[in-house]
Amino acid sequence: MAIAAHTPTLVQSVRRAPSRLALREAAWGLLFLSPWIIGFLAFTALPMIASLVLSFTDFDLVRPEETRFIGLENYFHLLNDSLVIESLLVTIRFALIAIPLGLAVPLGLAALLNSRHLLGRDVFRTLFYLPSIVPLVAGTLIFAGVFNTQTGWINLALESVGLPGPDWLNSKTWIYPALAIIGLWGIGNAMVTMLAGMQGVPSELYDAARVDGAGPVRMFFNITVPMISPVIFYNLTLSLIGTFQYFTVAYVLKNGTGDPGNATLFYNLYLYKVMFTYNNMGYAAALAWLLFVIVLMLTVILFGTARRWVYYEAER
Amino acid sequence: MTTTTNLLPFSASSKYAAQLRRLIATGTVTLLAIMLLSVYLMPMAYMVATSLKDKAQFTETSGPLWPAREATFTYQGREYPLYKVPTEDGVKEWALVEKGREQSSFIDPANPEAGLIEWQGRWRTLERAWVFSPRWENFSTAYRLLDFGRLLRNTLAIALTGTIGTVLSCTLVAYGFARFRIPGKNIIFLILLATIILPPQVTLVPTYAVFARIGWVGTWLPLIVPHFFANAYNVFLLRQYFLTLPRELDEAAMMDGASPFRVLISVILPQAIPALTAVSLFHFFWAWNDFFGPLIYLAAEPELQPISVGIQVFNFIYGREPHMIQATAIMALALPVVLFFLSQRVFMQGVVITGVEK
Repeated sequence: MAIAAHTPTLVQSVRRAPSRLALREAAWGLLFLSPWIIGFLAFTALPMIASLVLSFTDFDLVRPEETRFIGLENYFHLLNDSLVIESLLVTIRFALIAIPLGLAVPLGLAALLNSRHLLGRDVFRTLFYLPSIVPLVAGTLIFAGVFNTQTGWINLALESVGLPGPDWLNSKTWIYPALAIIGLWGIGNAMVTMLAGMQGVPSELYDAARVDGAGPVRMFFNITVPMISPVIFYNLTLSLIGTFQYFTVAYVLKNGTGDPGNATLFYNLYLYKVMFTYNNMGYAAALAWLLFVIVLMLTVILFGTARRWVYYEAER
Repeated sequence: MTTTTNLLPFSASSKYAAQLRRLIATGTVTLLAIMLLSVYLMPMAYMVATSLKDKAQFTETSGPLWPAREATFTYQGREYPLYKVPTEDGVKEWALVEKGREQSSFIDPANPEAGLIEWQGRWRTLERAWVFSPRWENFSTAYRLLDFGRLLRNTLAIALTGTIGTVLSCTLVAYGFARFRIPGKNIIFLILLATIILPPQVTLVPTYAVFARIGWVGTWLPLIVPHFFANAYNVFLLRQYFLTLPRELDEAAMMDGASPFRVLISVILPQAIPALTAVSLFHFFWAWNDFFGPLIYLAAEPELQPISVGIQVFNFIYGREPHMIQATAIMALALPVVLFFLSQRVFMQGVVITGVEK
């Protein structure tokens, strides 16, 4: 810009030339972004607005032409619908077991895989990841067999040490631990990302701690965990979002009935039923928006707490 | 997990002790890993064992965990059941020839010439002997009942076309984000990332209604077409990868008059094969796994359903036949598992890029 003060006429042309280039570059760039922009508008933005609008109607698929605006009726109904509360409680009950377990187990496994005493780390990493590749429906069918009270191996193992095995899949209490255990077959991504995070922790930190006399447990909780807290945070966020979309395992295990006694009627399963069994699309849209608001609030709260416990080496 | 090494002056014995300690630590940690892995993969062993069992074995509670049938021995043209008989020389597997209340006659298959052996005791208290007997025909039966060939073709068609769409669109979009100055690009990128937390249900009702209106419900189109419009995860992965590639090469190509498309195809893509492979695998596995989409869009079209929905329906019908169910589970997971083993290095790198750098 030093030239600008001396030769104002030149500046105009100089400025116009790059701006034309910049325009060209922006146009090319937008062209490349266009698949996503078009897709975002067609499959996300417009449907979101439409879904909000439909949540104020009694829209259904059989008689779309008879759709009427009914104001906030769907939302009032939602507050008085005992199944909404029940399915939310089911989801929360599951989340309270599955989310901590789904973080602690991959964290422990990553620490194990990161140990310099472990022989054949890559082999173990691959084999511990393996169940995460198993298609969810197949995995659910496998576990339905493993949890079987007569022929399943878990209860056979419990009986062989003299413990009475519970009726995992037909008990309103034991179904949640069972589902959480099934969920442990999907921790591969969390484990691999946590392991990668651990491998990035500078070894000087451990050397310094060792000089100060810290043991392995203290080093794990005072160095490893804080240093990989961004990865833990990322996985926590994803599992929180994922829990509210929990569907397939519950559906496959009980063929969508929500048995035993609505204990597997997860929020998303209830939404599915409202849509496809009761064909109440307007109400389903309202349920979906409630879900969105809940997930959004939880995410905001989570990001709010991040400042306290997530460590970022350099704020970008 | 880490042994503290004290800084003693070096001597032969302390060096020896340190080596021994390291050896013990290695043994303990590796053994722990093997034990945990066995527990973790136990359901797979259950699946394999169960899939090869005969249906009769499920009603026989004394049977072994592995696929087996009750053993018999043919003596003088007749078949006799084998039992585990406690004798003075330990438990023997003998064939029960003549049943008596308090004593029975057995024949020792290892030494039939010796003739009948009288055994004091109640034969009803004895356990049957089993021989290993895998029923491979369970797989052909399940294959036929499921019409697995059709399910496989459907799954491959949906997964592969979707993979092409994902790779194409995500490459273009990631290139746009990685290499071009666009006003408001950062905001657009943030919106892209924000779609990750958007529950898909929010857009489901109108999307389904529109697909129903234009006649796409009951076809593969809703499961394929949206993937031609890129998604946050894979765009993010490819963008991160493209950013690590040196700009000098594409700038040199630009100087030579290459269009941005040409640069993408001849400069960027050849360097990005690992990332493109990872994205292809991610989508392929995702599509193979997808249950909700096919469930709602293909509910009325069994002919078009993929494996995920097909085996769920099968499970509903054949729920009382564990060997059939486990055989279908194996068929459903075989291809992804083999692909994973073949590609696991590239695949894991992809997981790390999407998971750690965000």
